[in-house]
Amino acid sequence: MFGNLDFDVIRRSLPYLFLDGMSFTLMLTGLSALGGLIFGTLIALMRLSSYKLLGRIAGLYVDFMRSLPLVLVIFWFYFLVPYIGQWLTGASRPIRVGAFTSSLVTFIMFEAAYFSEIMRAGIQSISKGQPAAASALGLTYSQSMRYIVLPQAFRNMLPVLLTQTIVLFQDTSLVYVLSIPDFLGAASKVAQRDGRLVEMYLFAALVYFVISCLASYGVRRLQARIAIVR
Amino acid sequence: MNYNWNWHIFFEPNPTGAGTYLDLLVSGLWLTIKTALLAWVIALIFGTIVGILRSLPSKAASWVGFCYVEFFRNMPLLVQLFLWFFVLPELLPRAAGLWLKQLPNAPFWTAAIGVGLFMSARVAVQLAAGIASLPRGQKQAATALGLTTAQGYRYVLLPMAFRIIMPPLTSEFLNTVKNTSVAITIGLIELTGQARAMQEFSFQVFEAFTAATVMYLAINIIVVTGMRFLERSLAIPGYITGK
Repeated sequence: MFGNLDFDVIRRSLPYLFLDGMSFTLMLTGLSALGGLIFGTLIALMRLSSYKLLGRIAGLYVDFMRSLPLVLVIFWFYFLVPYIGQWLTGASRPIRVGAFTSSLVTFIMFEAAYFSEIMRAGIQSISKGQPAAASALGLTYSQSMRYIVLPQAFRNMLPVLLTQTIVLFQDTSLVYVLSIPDFLGAASKVAQRDGRLVEMYLFAALVYFVISCLASYGVRRLQARIAIVR
Repeated sequence: MNYNWNWHIFFEPNPTGAGTYLDLLVSGLWLTIKTALLAWVIALIFGTIVGILRSLPSKAASWVGFCYVEFFRNMPLLVQLFLWFFVLPELLPRAAGLWLKQLPNAPFWTAAIGVGLFMSARVAVQLAAGIASLPRGQKQAATALGLTTAQGYRYVLLPMAFRIIMPPLTSEFLNTVKNTSVAITIGLIELTGQARAMQEFSFQVFEAFTAATVMYLAINIIVVTGMRFLERSLAIPGYITGK
């Protein structure tokens, strides 16, 4: 059944697959996770703030993003980002935005909704006595968040945040719909150029599988270590 | 923003010659719902089997369940759909592969099965957690009453576990609906696909995507509301979700 397959095509395209494709995927994953975490934390703080309106807006944003498929959101931002750029810079025409920037904006905005739910759970898991003690010590709201609540919330939620990042890593493959050469896009380009769909897609599946497996194994180990400390 | 809004576009005839652009989107919506429902049935069947395997005391059974879940969870859905759609027919014996490739509606069946199996791993995890959350006494009481393992699952453990995991199952069903949009890559023209087609034909990008967005939101609201009623009527008295 593997008789007429040519696995040498993989070896020949390795530099392109990893230096171009995988570095795009990893860069997009890393920056989106970071941006998503920052915006997600801000959204979580908004949701938990005592200003009802702020909380309402943040809640609507999260529910809205979470009810849409990622593919649709990718299309939305792909067409919307040039107009947002025009509005921000005051240019007379929609500006040109590269594939990387467009997908980065998409994933940050999309993941922020998911990260915010994790951070919200993390902040709520801190006992009420802690911020109360902080304000008794004379710390302002932002100081108590900065030095007391958020570091612990982040630490408690680290395994969940990392698991979500693994999901994000897999989801970045969806930029395929914009014909962007991420890892899967690169594999697919080679596959179609050389007519080697079977070899390339099997290899891509294997690479995603190995990376995700190792990463989730690492998260499980981390979780066990954190569980002992607490 | 210098963009020419034209909300009447939905009532203009579409280039396929049959009906308006709105008809196009509605047919996409139906295809999304059909694919999601079939995928959900597959996910529930396989998810239940694997979830039970994971909860059995036998080491071998739970190992098989573990491998199944890891296999489907550690590859992007897009890659899995490619494997089913492009790779599987080539690896089968010639006649079977040819038959698969010539199947009418191949994208639909591939999408339903691919998304269904992908989601089944997540259903399995939820169900295993639900069974694990039951007090140990339930299983022991079932055994003490003379029920076999199969009967214990059928009459005691599963009815309890499914009612407990109702809320996460609701969001997994919504994920199934959303995930069908990934099948756009294997040529399934569901809701997102039709919105994209409408954008390419009419150049009214934002109207097309707005309509698709509204339809996805509507599905969400209907499912969430419906499930809330179902959850309330099935809630187990004495549990947090119960009365």
